[in-house]
Amino acid sequence: MSAADTQLAAGDPPKHYLNNGLTIRSWLLSVDHKRIAILYLISLTIFFLLGGAAAALFRMDLVTPEADVLQSETYNKLFTMHGIVMIFFFLVPSIPAVMGNFLVPVMIGAKDVAFPRLNLLSWYVFMTGGLIALGAIIMGGVDTGWTFYTPYSSMYANSHVILAVAGAFIAGFSSIMTGLNFIVTIQKMRAPGLTWFRLPLFIWAMYATSLVVILGTPVVAITLVMIFVERFFGFGIFDPALGGDPVLFQHLFWFYSHPAVYIMILPSMGVVSEIISCFSRRRLYGYTFVAFSSLAIAVIGFFVWGHHMFVSSQSVYAGLVFSFLTFFVAIPTAIKMLNWVMTMYKGSVSFETPMLYAYGFLGLFVIGGLTGLFLSTMATDIHLHDTYFVVAHFHYVMVGGGVMGFLGALHFWWPKIIGKLYPEGWAKFAAIVIFIGFNLTFMPQFQMGYHGMPRRYHTYAEEFQVFHVMSTAGATVLGAGYLIMAAYLFWSLFKGKKASANPWDARGLEWETASPPPTENFLETPKVTQDAYAYDMPSVTCPPGAKSEAERV
Amino acid sequence: MSSHSNAHVAHHFENAEQQRQSAQLGMWIFLVTEVMFFGGLFAAYTIYRSLYPEAWVVGSHLLSIKLGGFNTAVLLASSLTMAMAVHAAQTDKQKASANWIILTMLLGFVFLGVKVVEYAGKIDHHLVPGPHFFVDPMAELAKLEAAGIQVGQHLRHAFEGANPNHIQLFYSLYFAMTGMHAVHMIIGAGIMLWLLVNTRKGVYSSQYFNPVEVSGLYWHFVDIVWIFLFPMLYLIGRH
Repeated sequence: MSAADTQLAAGDPPKHYLNNGLTIRSWLLSVDHKRIAILYLISLTIFFLLGGAAAALFRMDLVTPEADVLQSETYNKLFTMHGIVMIFFFLVPSIPAVMGNFLVPVMIGAKDVAFPRLNLLSWYVFMTGGLIALGAIIMGGVDTGWTFYTPYSSMYANSHVILAVAGAFIAGFSSIMTGLNFIVTIQKMRAPGLTWFRLPLFIWAMYATSLVVILGTPVVAITLVMIFVERFFGFGIFDPALGGDPVLFQHLFWFYSHPAVYIMILPSMGVVSEIISCFSRRRLYGYTFVAFSSLAIAVIGFFVWGHHMFVSSQSVYAGLVFSFLTFFVAIPTAIKMLNWVMTMYKGSVSFETPMLYAYGFLGLFVIGGLTGLFLSTMATDIHLHDTYFVVAHFHYVMVGGGVMGFLGALHFWWPKIIGKLYPEGWAKFAAIVIFIGFNLTFMPQFQMGYHGMPRRYHTYAEEFQVFHVMSTAGATVLGAGYLIMAAYLFWSLFKGKKASANPWDARGLEWETASPPPTENFLETPKVTQDAYAYDMPSVTCPPGAKSEAERV
Repeated sequence: MSSHSNAHVAHHFENAEQQRQSAQLGMWIFLVTEVMFFGGLFAAYTIYRSLYPEAWVVGSHLLSIKLGGFNTAVLLASSLTMAMAVHAAQTDKQKASANWIILTMLLGFVFLGVKVVEYAGKIDHHLVPGPHFFVDPMAELAKLEAAGIQVGQHLRHAFEGANPNHIQLFYSLYFAMTGMHAVHMIIGAGIMLWLLVNTRKGVYSSQYFNPVEVSGLYWHFVDIVWIFLFPMLYLIGRH
């Protein structure tokens, strides 16, 4: 019997991070990385609902070609709100701030992140940024699109740009704090015996993500400062009347915001590596290739931003280089795909909910990734630029990739985080509903984009209506899937079956401590003696012969 | 590692060495983010300078090389006093360390004071970007000649060819860059105050001086930013 199980059996109720202090103050001032992860989970859920509500409103309006429910101005503000909230306040922090915060120290056998107070500060900074951005929305909204393109944002937009920009600027610092914390934690606080090549691939993914965060976020921060001084003090950095170049804003903006796509997708790739290995009962195929491909994506991802400017005055030669590099960044992604599929090949593949999300990720991300190649080809981009094809592409990447990974992680580690099992039947049902709803929403958008439907238009030609109706129907199904999931997860908080230390019979340090873990994660610092994903060896916490708890349900 | 050093080790670290290395790495990574932060402005500067070299020449000539040079000397001196403060903290000379910190802070204030004088001069001469911005390159050229400065062919061409709008762009970047640097100086002064209070309280010793050490890194970084800003804004345009 392991230390974790002894602890479970001995104390009643066992002391863990959730019941170690029950006051609101003990949550709001906690420096425990696990509690901070929960704070993030709650706040991100609220932002996700807000961003989703905005999308629901404009999708409803798009059912008919005319404007019916919304005025055009409101429509513009809603899609801007959807973009700002979903990107800056959900996707960028999603897996790092929730799953990463919870898992990074546990997976490497540390008691906490390197700078626990900075970690708590990051949540307060995030909430400050979020509330300021919400303030901008409540005071009347912003209509620039989430990209804040100049000179519209700096001179012409007649809405609360300064507040929204300030919100995004402030939230950026919270991701910098998280990224900095992860790098130092992973570099300096690994348990004895946990060498770099024994680390779970989720840790490699978080490391690569953190590199992108610390190198990219400051650039968008200073870019937002430039908009601020231009709008507030009347400086003219991007003002064409003074010889300033609005396209310079696009360059600086995409220097962060394209790598930001990798901030949103790399963590999901890490999650999928964990899940696929566990539910194939096999060591991950080509560990070092998957690890280094994360770093390769992080590095190459910084040299592709110009593909957003093929049609905005960038020279053809620069375009050629950016086009080539964009193809190039697909290679490490393809390496990962190959390795995941090879892991499943001849593995004992099963169909638990996290694995369903991993399958969803593989299928949807392949579509998202390959349509990215259409857009990185200059000739086809001229046709597809600023159409629904682009919208569909990045939703396949960010929702099909990012959100699927987040939901997979949420289910995989839910028993560890909460100490309760979610109802497997409902969860599988919701996963399938979400998958169908997502495809129904965005598959038609490829079609209408290809036929020339421009993005961000409030009204459209009648021939596109059938696609829009399908898309809205899909969004409804998708929304229902999310709500089912929210309902059973909430239910499981109170009524879920108690989870053992290792309900999936998985490998990794996080499964060797109790569920939920004690405040400092381990009763004594673990020693690591084997590689990650030792599914060919018996687990420390789940003795051979014992069926996993999920199967017994 | 002596046993009483453990008093300063936070609960989640194994030992003082791990804590010290973490603090240092954390600060270095923070400085990387700072490089990228200023990098955005440097990129804008580089692009516009290559587009409008004449305006940059005129803009540089309207800055006071004396005040800028004096401030450079002040900041270099403050880096020395900061290094002395760290050294004193490491060698258990906390009283000396406190004095060096005070000196560092004072030099920081001198720098900011001179900066205020410079900014005030720019306001007086309508060189702040915006509706009140006004510059007449030919009049400025005449002033240079009146001051007895030898104006070469090259310089004359630059003044003749400079577009006042582009000079405004130069000043937008001048204020954004030096302003952002000044914000960092103010934060640095705040950090010095915090270090001073803790040093006086006897928090630091040869066993535990991480905050002094990493704050020193920050202070040196802010100095280095100026070491780049001074030639870029004041000097190279004069040639």
